[in-house]
This record gives sequence, C-alpha cells and structure tokens, in this order.
Amino acid sequence: MTPSQRRWIFLVAGAGLAAFYLWGLSGLPGFGNYPGPYGPAILRIAVAQTNATGVVSAINFDYRGFDTVGEEFILFVAATGVAIVLRMLRGERERSAVDEAADRNVPPTSSAVRMVALLFTGPVVLAGWWLASHAQTDPSGGFQGGVMLATAFVLIYLSGEFLVFKRFSPADITDAVEAVGAGGYAAIGVSAVAMGLAYLKDFLPLGQVPGAVSSSGTIALISFFVGIEVAAAFILIVAELLEQTLLIRQGG
Amino acid sequence: MQVFPFVVVAWILGVGLYGVVTSRHLVHQIICLIVVQSSTYVLLLGVGYVTGAVAPYYFDVPNHTPAVDPVVQACALTDVVVEAAVTALLLSFAIQAYKRFGTLDPQELAELKG
Amino acid sequence: MNTLAVNTPYTVPVAMMDVLQVTLLILVAAGATAVVLIRARVRQVLMLSIYGVLLAVLFLVFQAPDVTLSELTIGAVLLPIVILLTLAKVRKREQ
Repeated sequence: MTPSQRRWIFLVAGAGLAAFYLWGLSGLPGFGNYPGPYGPAILRIAVAQTNATGVVSAINFDYRGFDTVGEEFILFVAATGVAIVLRMLRGERERSAVDEAADRNVPPTSSAVRMVALLFTGPVVLAGWWLASHAQTDPSGGFQGGVMLATAFVLIYLSGEFLVFKRFSPADITDAVEAVGAGGYAAIGVSAVAMGLAYLKDFLPLGQVPGAVSSSGTIALISFFVGIEVAAAFILIVAELLEQTLLIRQGG
Repeated sequence: MQVFPFVVVAWILGVGLYGVVTSRHLVHQIICLIVVQSSTYVLLLGVGYVTGAVAPYYFDVPNHTPAVDPVVQACALTDVVVEAAVTALLLSFAIQAYKRFGTLDPQELAELKG
Repeated sequence: MNTLAVNTPYTVPVAMMDVLQVTLLILVAAGATAVVLIRARVRQVLMLSIYGVLLAVLFLVFQAPDVTLSELTIGAVLLPIVILLTLAKVRKREQ
C-alpha cells in the first residue's frame, strides 16, 4: 500500500469519524453548563466528611481510591516492563562502567549548566517532598510530587556525570523503594479490611482543622506512598535508558 | 463558545491520528500518540467546566463556593502520569525493534516476517 | 475554622475568561499541528516541550491547578528527556 493510498483511506475514514463525533456533540449540554449530579454532590460533602480542603485529592485517595490503586499498579508494571525489555540481549556484553563517549568530540558540560543544576537540586527535592505530603490542602498530591522528585535526580545527572547519578540511585534501592510505595498503598487498604471496615476506608482519626496536614486520615499517608512510588518508577525508567545509551555496546 | 473546545479536541485528535498513520519513523509515531492522548485530557476538563466557578480547593475561598467538577480533574491527573510511563514502555519497544531489525520505519517493519 | 488562609473572592469577569480560553485553545490546536508536521527529530522534541507548557496553561485557565502541575512536570520535562535518550541510543547505533 503506497503512502498516498494510505493517506486517502485515512481521510475517508476520518470524515466518517468526524461525522459521528459531530452527531454526538449535538447531544452535549454545551461548554460550561455541567449538569451532572456527581460533581456537585461530592463538592457539598467532601470537606465536612474527610476534613480535606483539596477535594480532587480526596476523590483520588478516598472516594475513588480503588481506581487509584489500579492506576498506580499500571505505573509499576510499566516501569518493570521498561527494565525487562531493556535488559541485555544475547551477544551484547556490558563493558565496565567507563564513560564511552570519551573519544567522541562532545563539548564538555558548561560550568553554568552544572552550577545551576547543582543549585536547583536541593530546592526541587524540597518542593517535590512538600507537594507529595500536602495532598489534602492545596493542588498537590502524590503524583505531582513524585515526578518532581524524579526530576531532581535527573538534575544530578545534568550537573555531574552518569556515574555520579548511578551512585545516587543504585538499581536495587530504587526497586525496593518502588515496591515499598506500591505495597504500602495496598497495605493501607488491607489493614482497613483487617479492622473490619471496607477496603481502603478511611480509618485514621480525622483532626479538628480541615486542611491541616495531620487531619484527613489516611489521605496524607496514601499520598506519601504514591509519591515515593512514582518517583522511584520514573528514576528507574530514566536510569535504564541512560544505561542503554552510555554503557552497553553491541558485543565486540 | 458552546462547542468550540470540543471542536478543538476533534482537531487535535485528527491531526495526531494523521501523524500516526503517515509516519516514517517510530519515535515520530510515538510523539503523535502523545498528542492524541493530550486531546483526551482537554476533553475531560472541557466536559466538567462550569462557567464562573473556581477551582475545587477550599483552602482560601469560603466553603460551598461554586466550583468546577473535581471528578474529571482526578481522572485527568492520574491519566497524565500513567500515560507517560506507558510511553516510556513504548519507546523501549522501539529500541528493541531497532536492535533486532535495524530499521525504525513502520512501513518496512510491517513487512518483516518471523 | 481555618484561620490561616486569606479570603480571596473570585473577581475575573466571565468575558475575559472566555477570551483567554479561546486564545489558548487556538494556540493549543496550532501547537498540536506543529508537533505533528515537524519531522526533524530534535526539533520535534523541543516543540513537544513547548506544547506541554501550552497545555499546562490551558489547564490552569480551565480551573484545574492539579492537572497543570502534573502536565508541566511530565509533558515539559520528563517526556522530552526520555525521548531524547531514546533518540541518542538509536543514533549511536546508526554510526
């Protein structure tokens, strides 16, 4: 099938899809007129029931916590898949951890980049930690905080060499931290069952002030576990890809 | 303004699909897949929007101020992070395909056997 | 009662919000078209990063700061890193 044939078939099929889409669009209530009962119902009761002022995180980790367990395990499996797929193939042997690009004409990292990366590593770690532990007050949460923590580790790679990055995030510790994160979330749910409540029901005591860190029960705890799991997953992915690029060479 | 965001969603979807169909490089195809996924985020947030409402965070506004729908925001939030990991998995498949077959052209890869 | 926060009333007029949203939607549509049509590899990754920032601002104007944070860290930082690493791996083998 030639490329232009492919293009014509796509245009015809796309026109059909667009017709169906526009037909479906005519039944929507229009932009800005959200009618559904679920959203306003949750908004009415969320702050009083969970003592969390961040309603989105309350939904993610309390009302629809089971969906979030599923999403987190998708993340876990995807990171594991990257590690498995990128393992060494037959006929490829790993050289010792020496910088392979030493003979290529690569300009050295400018000192401005290294200094800025070094200066920003600490604040980014702090910001990521703050995001991951304040899910119940502001627009923060485990997912955003975890990704920011992973970005801090990439800053370490930018400000130094790959070997420094490897020393800061050895593969077995990253794997263990990711497993602790994923397992911790599931364990919180199971311990609710052990107490005779439904799976993932909020069982820690709710505090007095809505939106404080110590109130809102298990939401803060779950968000923390999600944060470290997401951070470890992304550090694992980036570390695997970096190792592929820099260390492994086709045998011989 | 009543249907304009949804028309933009259809446009982004169509453009992304066009990129996937007529691509000659696996990494370009994966990037177009990212564009297609981003159209779903815009659709989710567009469905839940309420005119004249605030974000659903009651830390600094009084309780029970009218807010936009928080459920679709929760969906879109986890969506963004998880799709990034799945994209990384796809990219690692592309690397393995290149190692094994030596080419990254999807139209050549389709003809390989075994 | 929460005594720490400041009471901020919602003061942006709805018409200005509409104009902002329409502008950003047009920019996002143009950004998506640019990402697909650029075929040079590294340039496409940079355009993807810009597209991520545009999307993040659009989500902010749709009153969703949580999704903004997610999209900003992922779409503008992490995805381009991963894609550039893949491109480096593939290009190295081409030598």
